[in-house]
Amino acid sequence: MQEVLICKHGDIEDGTVRIVRVNEYDIGIIRQGGRYYAYRNRCPHQGGPACEGVRMPGVYDDIDENGLFHGQKFDEDDIHIVCPWHGYEFHLSDGTNVCDPKLRLRKFDVIERDGNVYVSA
Amino acid sequence: MSNAEAAPIPDFRDMATERFDTSMHLANAARQADERGYEDFLIVDVDSHHYENEASAEIAEFIDNPILRHEVKYQGISRKGITTGFGQYQELGGRVTRYPLRKSEHVPETPHRDITLMRRWMDAMGVDIACMFPTPLLNLGLVPRVDLEVELADAYNRWLCETILQEDSRLKSMLYLPFNDPEACLKTIEKYGDHKGVIGFMVTSTRYRGVYDNAYAKTYRALEERNLPLGFHTGLGGQEPGLSTCNRFLTLHALGFAWHNMLHLSNWVINGLPERFPKLKTLWIEAGLAWIPFVMQRLDNEYMMRPSDAPLLKKKPSDYMRDMFYTSQPMEMVNNSKALELTFEMIDAPNQLLYSSDYPHWDMDLPSTIYDLPFLDQAAKRNILGGNAQRLFNLEPILAEHKLAKQAAKRQAAPG
Ligand code: FES
Repeated sequence: MQEVLICKHGDIEDGTVRIVRVNEYDIGIIRQGGRYYAYRNRCPHQGGPACEGVRMPGVYDDIDENGLFHGQKFDEDDIHIVCPWHGYEFHLSDGTNVCDPKLRLRKFDVIERDGNVYVSA
Repeated sequence: MSNAEAAPIPDFRDMATERFDTSMHLANAARQADERGYEDFLIVDVDSHHYENEASAEIAEFIDNPILRHEVKYQGISRKGITTGFGQYQELGGRVTRYPLRKSEHVPETPHRDITLMRRWMDAMGVDIACMFPTPLLNLGLVPRVDLEVELADAYNRWLCETILQEDSRLKSMLYLPFNDPEACLKTIEKYGDHKGVIGFMVTSTRYRGVYDNAYAKTYRALEERNLPLGFHTGLGGQEPGLSTCNRFLTLHALGFAWHNMLHLSNWVINGLPERFPKLKTLWIEAGLAWIPFVMQRLDNEYMMRPSDAPLLKKKPSDYMRDMFYTSQPMEMVNNSKALELTFEMIDAPNQLLYSSDYPHWDMDLPSTIYDLPFLDQAAKRNILGGNAQRLFNLEPILAEHKLAKQAAKRQAAPG
């Protein structure tokens, strides 16, 4: 593992992603809600560029205690990384797939230090 | 101070400003093609799509009837928006980014935009030859105006032949048959059957005509005589009363795409069409594979009890189905490897299955979905990815230019 400088803090605007080649990996550096996340830009489904798509809140069916359906809602506390090839969704927080936690995007540690952003890869 | 801190900021791609480009979108597919050495063999994609609605104004010029030409010019080939039809949100609210972004892709002025876009994705995936189908026109069989189906199908077919197929030998199509007018089907075959790039004809499966109707005998005979396969391209079909209860695209797509091909294939077999037109090859397109063992089992079981319903059959329905051809996509492959392997065995996949991507649609499959299957040997993989299609359509095996260049580079690098 080696720390690799990615950018200066603030270079990546909130809500956007930068794709960087680090060693043999394409890594998506995502800045969302003021935090940085780094995932390998390869989807466990068919190998798509998972980090190049959109981030969107998860969707849930709002069902009350009587089993009544009250529409679909966004869960703003659970942002998903959506792979642009077919739409597989992964929790931004840890990279696990929302349908099958055995599938995951490879996660890399992000270190913020002295105004710089590093990835450990 | 660590080494890293002294390092320059590495090159990067900023997704907020990067323009959509098919080759970039599929860069990981190109890597897969490299890693698997696709340059060594032919890959034919038997079901891919373009968006003919983007060329509505061009196609309108090919419509003879001035009233219909005016209508197409005025309102285009398809309409969009949340109130449109059943289940029209396959782009997943923008999650599958190539849908909203494709219109912004830059292409050179020549060749035609569709040729450039087709070549970009084909080259990225390692596909040499692609059979292209329309997108919104797959619903044309549901339009109650039969004259519109006939006129628009003819304009589309002529536009496709003259503008696209004529220009690029790697692009093929099975042309649209206006199935609501049997006589027009025959005329379509006579008019376009010999055109460059036409490798068969296609019936859109979302429609309400029985395939066994005597009115189609001349059409089937004409195809048989020309050795041109007949493909049934399925679709959503949310207008079906039962399917119209599907309030989620997922349900409608999972059931509808299988249903329409199940319906026509079952009618085809039980009415003895394989006996009446024994040399006519049929191809079932874009319904995936999981439905095929289901139908085989259902039809065989009932046939044994009711032979008088299918007196033309000389073997079991599943035996006829094993003589038919199927495209692979969308191949069901989530935690079902045993079922998939059995399905391949039941349909004689090494000889009857044809790889298809369905690109650029949301559920597209890369060639690696076939190439990486652990239960196939190399010969079977190559057959499914290209060899079977080459034989079925009598294709000249044209390899992509970049594959030929790679082959040459490999030869040069080889010792001795
Ligand atoms: S490759 Fe990511 S969703 Fe299919």
